[in-house]
Amino acid sequence: MPQLLSLLHPATLRRVFYGSLAQRFTPLYFRHHFVREYPQFRLPVFYKDRLMRLRSVLKRALISPAMEQQIEAISKPTGSLGYDPWGFNRDSAKIGLSLVHHLYHRYFRVEAEGLDNVPGEGPVLLVANHSGQLPLDGVLIGFALATRAYRPRMPRAMIERFFPTVPYLGNLLNQLGAVLGDPLNCAKMLANGEAVIIFPEGVRGSGKMYRDRYQLKRFGSGFMHLAMEHQATVIPVGVVGCEETIPALANITPLAKLLGIPYAPLAAPVILPAKVYLKFGQPMHFSNEMMDEQAIAERVDRVKSAINALIDEGLSERKRLF
Amino acid sequence: MTDKNKPCILVTGAGGALAQQVIRRLRPFYRVVAVDFRQQVYLGLDVPSYRIDFNKRGFEDLFRQYRFTGVIHLGRLMSSQETRLRRYNANVLGTQKLLDLSRKYGIHRVTILSTYHVYGANPFNPALIDESAPMKSAGLTMDLVDSVELENLATIYLWRYPDLNISILRPCNIVGPGVRNSISTLLAGKRAPVLAGFSPMMQFIHMDDMADAIVISFNKNISGVFNVAPQDWVAYQHALHLCGCKSIPIPSVPPQLPRALLRLARLRSFPSYLMDFFKYPVIIDGRTFAREFDFTPERSLTEIFRYYRENKQPL
Repeated sequence: MPQLLSLLHPATLRRVFYGSLAQRFTPLYFRHHFVREYPQFRLPVFYKDRLMRLRSVLKRALISPAMEQQIEAISKPTGSLGYDPWGFNRDSAKIGLSLVHHLYHRYFRVEAEGLDNVPGEGPVLLVANHSGQLPLDGVLIGFALATRAYRPRMPRAMIERFFPTVPYLGNLLNQLGAVLGDPLNCAKMLANGEAVIIFPEGVRGSGKMYRDRYQLKRFGSGFMHLAMEHQATVIPVGVVGCEETIPALANITPLAKLLGIPYAPLAAPVILPAKVYLKFGQPMHFSNEMMDEQAIAERVDRVKSAINALIDEGLSERKRLF
Repeated sequence: MTDKNKPCILVTGAGGALAQQVIRRLRPFYRVVAVDFRQQVYLGLDVPSYRIDFNKRGFEDLFRQYRFTGVIHLGRLMSSQETRLRRYNANVLGTQKLLDLSRKYGIHRVTILSTYHVYGANPFNPALIDESAPMKSAGLTMDLVDSVELENLATIYLWRYPDLNISILRPCNIVGPGVRNSISTLLAGKRAPVLAGFSPMMQFIHMDDMADAIVISFNKNISGVFNVAPQDWVAYQHALHLCGCKSIPIPSVPPQLPRALLRLARLRSFPSYLMDFFKYPVIIDGRTFAREFDFTPERSLTEIFRYYRENKQPL
């Protein structure tokens, strides 16, 4: 929180607003002379841009040295400018994780158990129950893995196909590591040895009503095909608490159709501070052999049962909702 | 000056900066004949250069006269040039004529330059699109139909006439000194339009690297369709900032609004039918080409953008 407040500190505001003005009104002669004499103080070219300056200010204000060190320790193949093909950007991820830090520890007071079950390298599918209208569960699972003490990983979350069409939000999610939920994307990432968070319930899970809480909806079988093909380790994850963050009473279907979004919940316009439990189950491995869809469905059911057991475990441990 | 023992090859699109780089690299090993349907360019005494329409009968005379052994087809009207019908005639029918003549005169190596635009900019595109992905652009805009048709035609010839040894290259954005395509014009300007809230991932390859890729693929007799792109990526708006361009945001919702605005503005560097390429990422996977041809681009993104930053021209 103090880091967040430092954004409003007069010194920070002065840097943002007066920095550009001062540059603009400084006599040219002085600027040229100064830059020639003291080239070390010359602003890098990207500083001239507001967007880049904002990112730079956010970086300095939000990212603690410990977080910087933690993220730098995660091996992630990126290009020369810090991007990967799906739009992940290391600097943006640092800012995002720094912001989530307070949500994770202070707001939702997350308790994660079984994090060590996730292998430190190689293709991994983290298969979890989806809930809570917003993809908070994916964010919290990602943060838990990225900040674990031993061999942290930066998992990628598959998001709804709707997000890339939303201005600003689509890009922001991509920069933080979210990826369009397409089987080809997932296959390429598993081939790259990445950890991928998957919600096989899709919008059926995230958009469910409060009365249906903790009842798993139908699981798609796509993740199982991918896990078998790429020999990825499947980690079942039970998320308890996210159902209570935005309890929805009804779905306003006509409004959702009008806006072109998957669902429009009738819910309080706030995210409630429910306590969240993340339960990471034992690794599951599935051999890659020819089998019919019935046999695949049985394997999917095994994963679903494991998630159900983890949810039950979390619910029995939970003493209070908030 | 001209060595009669060298094999003779035809390079089309000689007016473009890329073709001139390719010719410069091939000159020591081949007798090069350059043609362009827009202009006649002087490339030195040892490089005969012609301005000719591929659909005219006189074009065949070149094949009779020079007895080419290979063809590098880089001459393509870009989607921002001329009318749809003229582009179709030049790009599709012209290429068909070129391939028919190549077959008739026993040419055994053809390299054709295509574009990554054929994949189409779609919000549901996965990243790292490989060569077997469908070419969706024809369904998204009529203005890219000629690019897809050219590819389809070349693919038909590739399978029907294996002796031609056709390789089709689909490069990402080609940029660098002298390149006059839409993205290069944008990066060279002081201001560049962006769609508010969208900054898709992009790939850029330097013209010199692309010229190397064309020469390598021509010399190595492997036919097929190949994406050509470096393993490096950057967001469009970040690229503009690194090039020293000021972003001019255009309202992006509802989608009809920016399209209407761009149609009114008629910007050559930002045509309305390419709008979605500045909205959704089209990231291609160039690893097959890199592996098959042992190719690695040498110029980094930083180097590319430094050139544009230091050589600003008004939009």
